[in-house]
Amino acid sequence: MELLVALIIGVLVSTGVYLCLRARTFPVVMGLTLLSYGVNVFLFSMGGLKINEVAVVGMSENPTDPLPQALVLTAIVIGFAMTAFLVVLALRSQGEHYTDHVDGSDGEDQGGAQ
Amino acid sequence: MNLAFVVMLPFLGACLPPLVERVSANRTLMAFAAALMPATALALLVSPAMQVFAGETLHSTLPWIPSLDLSLAFRLDGLALLFALLVLGIGLLVILYARYYLSAKEKAGRFYAYLLLFMGAMLGVVTSDNLLLLVVFWELTSLSSFLLIGFWGHQTGARKGARMAMTVTGMGGLALLAGVLLIGDVVGTFNLQTVLESGDVIRSNPWYPVILCLVLLGVFTKSAQFPFHFWLPHAMAAPTPVSAYLHSATMVKAGVFLLARLYPALAGTDLWFMLVSMAGMLTLLWAAFVALFQHDLKGLLAYSTISHLGLITLLFGLNREMAAVAAVFHIINHATFKASLFMAAGIIDHETGTRDMRRINGLWKYMPYTAVLAMVASAAMAGVPLLNGFLSKEMFFAETLGSHQLGALSWILPVGATLGGVFSVAYSARFIHDVFFNGEPVNLPKYPPHEPPRYMKVPVEILVALCVAVGVFPAITVAGLLAVAASATLGGTLPEYHLSIWHGFNLPLVMSFVATIGGVLAYTQRRRLFDVWARLPQLDAKLVFEGRVQQIGRWAAALTGRFQNGSLQSYVAWLVTLVAVIMLTQLAPLSGLDLSQYSLPMDGVAILCTAMLVAAALLTTVLHRHRMTSIMSLSVVGLMVSLLFVRFSAPDLALTQLSVEVVTMLLLMLAMYFLPVRTKVESSSIRVIRDILLAVICGAGVATLAFLVMTGETSTISQFFMDNSKPGGGGTNVVNVILVDFRGFDTFGEITVLGVAAMGIYALLKDLELRSAKYDSLGRPWARDAHPLILVTISRPLLPLALLIAVYIFLRGHNLPGGGFVAGLITSVALVLQYVASGVGWVHSRMPGDYHPVVALGVLLAGLTGVGSWAFGYPFLTSDFTYIYWPVVGKFELATAMLFDTGVFLTVVGATLLMLANLGKLSLLDDKREDA
Repeated sequence: MELLVALIIGVLVSTGVYLCLRARTFPVVMGLTLLSYGVNVFLFSMGGLKINEVAVVGMSENPTDPLPQALVLTAIVIGFAMTAFLVVLALRSQGEHYTDHVDGSDGEDQGGAQ
Repeated sequence: MNLAFVVMLPFLGACLPPLVERVSANRTLMAFAAALMPATALALLVSPAMQVFAGETLHSTLPWIPSLDLSLAFRLDGLALLFALLVLGIGLLVILYARYYLSAKEKAGRFYAYLLLFMGAMLGVVTSDNLLLLVVFWELTSLSSFLLIGFWGHQTGARKGARMAMTVTGMGGLALLAGVLLIGDVVGTFNLQTVLESGDVIRSNPWYPVILCLVLLGVFTKSAQFPFHFWLPHAMAAPTPVSAYLHSATMVKAGVFLLARLYPALAGTDLWFMLVSMAGMLTLLWAAFVALFQHDLKGLLAYSTISHLGLITLLFGLNREMAAVAAVFHIINHATFKASLFMAAGIIDHETGTRDMRRINGLWKYMPYTAVLAMVASAAMAGVPLLNGFLSKEMFFAETLGSHQLGALSWILPVGATLGGVFSVAYSARFIHDVFFNGEPVNLPKYPPHEPPRYMKVPVEILVALCVAVGVFPAITVAGLLAVAASATLGGTLPEYHLSIWHGFNLPLVMSFVATIGGVLAYTQRRRLFDVWARLPQLDAKLVFEGRVQQIGRWAAALTGRFQNGSLQSYVAWLVTLVAVIMLTQLAPLSGLDLSQYSLPMDGVAILCTAMLVAAALLTTVLHRHRMTSIMSLSVVGLMVSLLFVRFSAPDLALTQLSVEVVTMLLLMLAMYFLPVRTKVESSSIRVIRDILLAVICGAGVATLAFLVMTGETSTISQFFMDNSKPGGGGTNVVNVILVDFRGFDTFGEITVLGVAAMGIYALLKDLELRSAKYDSLGRPWARDAHPLILVTISRPLLPLALLIAVYIFLRGHNLPGGGFVAGLITSVALVLQYVASGVGWVHSRMPGDYHPVVALGVLLAGLTGVGSWAFGYPFLTSDFTYIYWPVVGKFELATAMLFDTGVFLTVVGATLLMLANLGKLSLLDDKREDA
């Protein structure tokens, strides 16, 4: 099972990194979302994996580690806030510069707004 | 009496003149306001001074940052006392002088404030008993001298001179800091007393050469020693009182002060002799030579100052106790005659309107009184008998004769010293002859010149009187002060010596004689010397310096431009490459990667879900140009991740992930709506291959790392949370108790971040105008029916149900999976659904659409809950709980943590809705534009 989770983390990070390296804002936003899934699962896995051992007092003899869960919980919410911020930054940049390029080019060729 | 208080007095005093300036423009009043604190400090020093003369060393220590061994430690020994007297005494004279020097138009209040700031810093340098503190004050002198040199900021010369002085002395200060840190490392403390007693430890340490070089860099830059002498002549752009004070009597003396201060700790080695005496010798000769050719009155004095500082440095470098005594003596003498000369130069400048010695001639006729004062002072500078300069110069000559450290080449020292004396006499002669005699003035801006106001001459008179008094009666004037200062410099011991005017016919006297005759001869032959000078290549230090500075700026710009090229792609690529390199280098040596190792067996469902997740993630990436499809497969990834959380005993995370998933998808849809529809193929195939390579390395590295941690031995601190959750936090859901109680402060920070992000989004969206595309990437128009009837019908009854569930989730959160975060997200989703289904207008006609008060209220509530525990004498965010009995529900727990969780809830709801509703409103604007 650990192997599967590691595989999931690896795939999420790889796809996230690849998309972050694209030249337009939209794939970068998608990439960051994937990357943050990967990071969240990675952090979560640091506490070790347990099945049916919820960290509620009295519900389990050998409960799972609650601390990474608490960290990841806030990370999920803040990750959303950051994604939202990034999206809006992308929109603002689109509104001001009429381009969604993040590779430093002017983006003469516009895909949208025809 | 506390020494720290005395040092603070000038800093306090710096506030007075600007305050007076607000009330009245009376310069005399301002001068009195400025003089008040230094005069008090001087008076307060009288009784400690008596103790110092009795042989005591006074210490006073206040802790500042004990963990850094940095304390407000001050000491008053002979050396500190001597410098404190110079700083305060000459400072007071300069204040008086500046009263008449500055014109009525100038901001005298500000000038005095800077001057007092400098005075305090200098006083701090000389009385510090802690090396770090000394460096702090040292830097303060650099800063305040920058302000003073640049006081006439409207002149280019002043700005450039100030910048140059700041750069050179500032860099020296950094070197000094490094040297001091090393000393502290070697000795084990920054306490000056201990450092001075640990001379042998420092000198025998292998780091000694490095320490010495760093400290000397600080000294040489501050005291304008070759090759860092070039800034001082350009600092002459400062008002003359500043030159008289900083660039003759005090600031440049900080460097030689440090030589004297650290003499017991650092001196006595061959390296010290070579570095210090040779730098001093070069400076002495070169600056004395150049001084002769200056046409600017202050330029001549500036180079003469450099030369005399070189002389003092040379004396310290000789490694002879008597030479150190001579050096301290010359510090006193130079301060008195040079300050008075600068003041005289200022008077001449003030009365004639120029400082060019080719135009100022024959002033004897117009201002005989000032002429006499200036002539006596320059005679002291030249070392004429019966004046103070003569005494220390004789000692200097005698010491150069006595040094045999250069072996067969030892004759260099006395010959060099005599040559320096020749030039010194020559430029002093030029100062006297050119200015006061040598025909008539040429084309003066102010004509005829006359004597300055009465009190402008008083400081000069006092200083010149001191020159004469010391020169004629050394034993009863200066001997006591010199003895305590010199013995403090040498660390307690004092060689046998006698201060007297007449030592009989000996070699030093002959050297003086040669120097005087030679100097006068050199001056009479000045035409030829000037011709030689004119043929030498001229180097304007200012141009060279500015050129270098600009060159560095260009290099920095080029380097920055190379990396900061405006392409996010390249930044991310650099970062990710670095991560990949670290991964490869750090993970490669790790052994023990055993893929067959696991604690949980795989099962079919897990394999199937993993396959779906991997496929969806790959699909998202491959199809990122088809945005709708990409978003949909991304949502599959998110759902699978929440299933993962469910499987591995994290119900709270699963709930959170699930509800965040909904709002994220909405967000991405909105983004897609406004961003250009098509993503053209931008990257070359080489770049795609490179990116895939980077991505795979990173992913593989992170996966390996995760696998190693998951299968390896781990220790955890969670037992504490499990044990204390119920008795300490009053809840059984440990995750929630950690969030709102154990780590409540973290959560508080996190909801603040959430609020800040929401406000940032609000600000970014303000006045933003965007046009959306009419068609998607496949050319299909958007649906005409913005609010489909079925969605509207279903969404409305869902709202109360969802809210009910949110309340339930919120209330049970402390004991069972749930809590403020999840409840907040569920509420947001329910409300956002109303926006989507029925439109912004419909929602806002039924409820207020302003969400930033909600965010603020949430953060405030959480913060106040934390502060509330102060009222009961507990630390921030200590929670308390009790149980009450509700009629139907039964036993119910009431905890302050719940109040905190309400704050979290409000922040999450407010922030999420602020983000999405404002983005949604953009589409409304877009629609309106279309309708219009």
